[in-house]
Amino acid sequence: MNLTLHVWRQKGPEDRGRLERYAARNIDPELSFLEMLDQLNGELIREGREPIVFDHDCREGICGACSQVINGEAHGPQAETTVCQLYMRQFQDGDEIYVEPWRARAFPVIKDLVVDRSALDRLIEAGGYISVGTGGVPDANAILVPGEAAETAMDAAECIGCGACVAACPNGSAMLFVAAKIAHLASLPQGRPEASRRVCSMTDAMGREGFGNCSNHYECEAACPKGISVKFIAQLNREYLKTLPKAATSKAP
Amino acid sequence: MILDNQCPSGPLADQWDNHRRNLLLINPDNKRKYTVLVVGTGLAGASAAATLAELGYKVEAFCYQDSPRRAHSIAAQGGINAAKNYPNDGDSIYRLFFDTIKGGDFRARESNVYRLAQISNGIIDQCVAQGVPFARDYAGYLQNRSFGGSQVSRTFFARGQTGQQLLLGAYQALSRQIRAGKIRVHTRREMLDLVVVAGRARGITARNLVSGELESYAANAVVLATGGYANVYNLSTNALGSNVTAAWRAYKRGAYFANPCFTQIHPTCIPVSGNLQSKLTLLSESLRNDGRIWVPRNRRDPRSPEQIPEAERDYFLERRYPGYGNLAPRDIASRAVKQICDAGFGVGNGQGVYLDFTDAIQNLGTETIRSRYGNLFDMYLRITGEDAYRRPMRIFPAPHYSMGGLWVDYNLQSTVPGLFVLGEANFSDHGANRLGASALMQGLADGYFILPYTITDYLAGTGPGRNAVTDDAFDQSRTATEECLQQLLAVRGDKTVDEFHRQLGHILWNNVGMARSEESLQRALQQIPPLREEFWNRVRVPGRSDDFNQELEKAGRLADYLEFGELLARDALNRNESCGGHFRVEHQTEDGEALRDDANYNYVAAWEYRGDQTPPRLHKETLRFDSIETAVRSYK
Ligand SMILES: Cc1cc2nc3c(=O)[nH]c(=O)nc-3n(C[C@H](O)[C@H](O)[C@H](O)COP(=O)(O)OP(=O)(O)OC[C@H]3O[C@@H](n4cnc5c(N)ncnc54)[C@H](O)[C@@H]3O)c2cc1C
Ligand code: FES
Repeated sequence: MNLTLHVWRQKGPEDRGRLERYAARNIDPELSFLEMLDQLNGELIREGREPIVFDHDCREGICGACSQVINGEAHGPQAETTVCQLYMRQFQDGDEIYVEPWRARAFPVIKDLVVDRSALDRLIEAGGYISVGTGGVPDANAILVPGEAAETAMDAAECIGCGACVAACPNGSAMLFVAAKIAHLASLPQGRPEASRRVCSMTDAMGREGFGNCSNHYECEAACPKGISVKFIAQLNREYLKTLPKAATSKAP
Repeated sequence: MILDNQCPSGPLADQWDNHRRNLLLINPDNKRKYTVLVVGTGLAGASAAATLAELGYKVEAFCYQDSPRRAHSIAAQGGINAAKNYPNDGDSIYRLFFDTIKGGDFRARESNVYRLAQISNGIIDQCVAQGVPFARDYAGYLQNRSFGGSQVSRTFFARGQTGQQLLLGAYQALSRQIRAGKIRVHTRREMLDLVVVAGRARGITARNLVSGELESYAANAVVLATGGYANVYNLSTNALGSNVTAAWRAYKRGAYFANPCFTQIHPTCIPVSGNLQSKLTLLSESLRNDGRIWVPRNRRDPRSPEQIPEAERDYFLERRYPGYGNLAPRDIASRAVKQICDAGFGVGNGQGVYLDFTDAIQNLGTETIRSRYGNLFDMYLRITGEDAYRRPMRIFPAPHYSMGGLWVDYNLQSTVPGLFVLGEANFSDHGANRLGASALMQGLADGYFILPYTITDYLAGTGPGRNAVTDDAFDQSRTATEECLQQLLAVRGDKTVDEFHRQLGHILWNNVGMARSEESLQRALQQIPPLREEFWNRVRVPGRSDDFNQELEKAGRLADYLEFGELLARDALNRNESCGGHFRVEHQTEDGEALRDDANYNYVAAWEYRGDQTPPRLHKETLRFDSIETAVRSYK
């Protein structure tokens, strides 16, 4: 198939950037979207032009590196699918495709389609862990975790940290990302002792890192390649309310 | 140099305890005076970095991705082994040890493997305490599944994302130490050289992948946890950035490379579909618990699988290995698949066999199968467009794991004092074939529970000293590295890096793949040097070195693979026996099983670099089996 691509090119953080038009010819529908870009890059290199820079690594939907907005949708048109798992058979011959980087205040563009997502790491550093050192822990079966709780924790823990939720949110909020970590750890008995401290420090950090507020658009869930549910945001709010003095339970973050 | 493996003597079960008793300690206050560089943030690197920082060392960690959480450990699906014996089905430390040694076809050290089995249980405890959501039953107890090469259920898992969950546990422990100010993580950095001062590893040269700048880091010791080299085959199940570069540059600075020819070809991967494909996707071996592997009894049978009646199907693994059936170890299963496809029974384009869940779905119901493997079925659907609930999957073997790696002693120290190597990057515990769910166990054993003891002994012996990048060795390393980058850019040829990588991959896959012969290995050794030369004359690397330049990154990695591929073939040629994943067609039993030659090859082959124009020197570390009798490895 033959396609017309409009790809965001930006030399660096200072450059203003613009969409450039490319013809992608003779594309095998069995290729993945990133392999299609590899093919295009090969042609650009042979023509002496600069290839398009984009983040990727595992190419199997788990490392969370790939990050492209395709035709206005984070990770493109297929539900619960990262760009690297998107195959060209999802497109039609002659399609025009717009390819852009994640756009959010907290994610400055580094080059072309690559953005700086280190703010997400700093959210985890703010408390997205259980404070246990190596060694001196009880036998694994001494901490019982009811099957259902383990399932809920796992539903939340599946987050791959790609940042699509932030890119899809009109406010650039990282609420779903934080909520997933809060819910993962708060659902487990091991994570309970620090639950209040964790929810406070992580939500604080969100503001500091330039993420916006959550105003319940739920675009995040729609964009999430792992289908992480917004019900975890409600869980985060509940955890947060628990931290407030009894009298002041009116406002969640 | 005589290779001293530092393995303790005495009864196996007491060795690690006794050894630890003799290791030197450093008091908590003094640990602050030492800096350790940890290159790699996968299971091995992240667990080591976090633990060293908890102990009080200053740690600088490096990864080439934009976040430590994206290391390729994240992709491990199936699970992690431990000898807990929770199911009460006969497991023990000894059995895990025995299975691992046998699975590796008696080419690993007894002392190391026994220690690994001993430590395995503590890993599960540690991960649970960190909040890893392993599968549980209703009452809250941990669940287990079985994996290839074992008759007990000892594999712990978190859906099909065990590696992800374990890595997030280690990453969170790392994040906690970053917050505490004890670790600095340098992301988007690629180690391009090891700096050796006065015979000891004292630092690295790394490239900042965003600015292109070469940076020097100095420390009291360097830890490499940079993963495996299966990408030398171009198409593999590894992440695209997985590289041999860090290990290879260390090799050129004096670290011996051990058993490079021990590579693992994994049986259950999605078959190759086209020439421009960039990677192969693994479907977890756990699928073999419920899926049955078969081919039609007629060659090139044109019928679709559901039209082929039971009597006309050959469940060849069950037929050949009734004791283990579909759970035969990887090397054996892969070879059986290759043999049956070579004989003309393959399905699809001829390079594939069916993995069929019809029986399992009938017995257990679609929902159970969905809960066990739903994400794998989804992945299969996305990649192939086929629904495996209705139609058997097609699978074919693919390069997956490297048992070989930098040589290390019992302390995980390489032949360069102060350079320690962990995880898939070292050669240590899996011999000639790794059993499923044992890499995660090894990476975490190395990082959480072994290195922190052994590196302390080393540091205590050398003293804190001053860490500064002022030594000439750092300048020289940066200059040499920059020259190499400039040379790549200066070629300005007409072929892309990817084209060369595909060519190298073909040479290795066809000649140094699942079946190797003297003839094929000689061919590879004849074909690789001219390809390398062509690369340096014709490669096109656009752009500059002082910029974010992904083609330059790829070119540097491939340049190293073009050298390393030759060592791999050389090692395979030297090892004139079949063992584990290394199958020399000259050495097989009547029914096509690997035939070891213990009289002549009962050793670890450790290669020493002696310059680009001089062939490497082979050193042999003889393996001793005091507790286990080496036997023909049978899974019948
Ligand atoms: C698809 C797949 C599924 C698997 N499933 C299982 C399983 O179910 N059970 C099991 O036990 N094993 C499994 N394995 C094997 C196992 O995942 C790996 O062997 C293991 O995770 C390797 O861990 P590691 O820490 O050694 O390296 P990795 O996780 O590969 O980490 C390497 C680190 O080094 C860094 N790095 C590499 N090169 C450089 C450089 N030059 N400069 C700076 N940094 C560098 C990377 O950024 C990364 O942080 C699987 C492997 C694959 C590919
Ligand atoms: S490249 Fe890893 S998730 Fe897409």
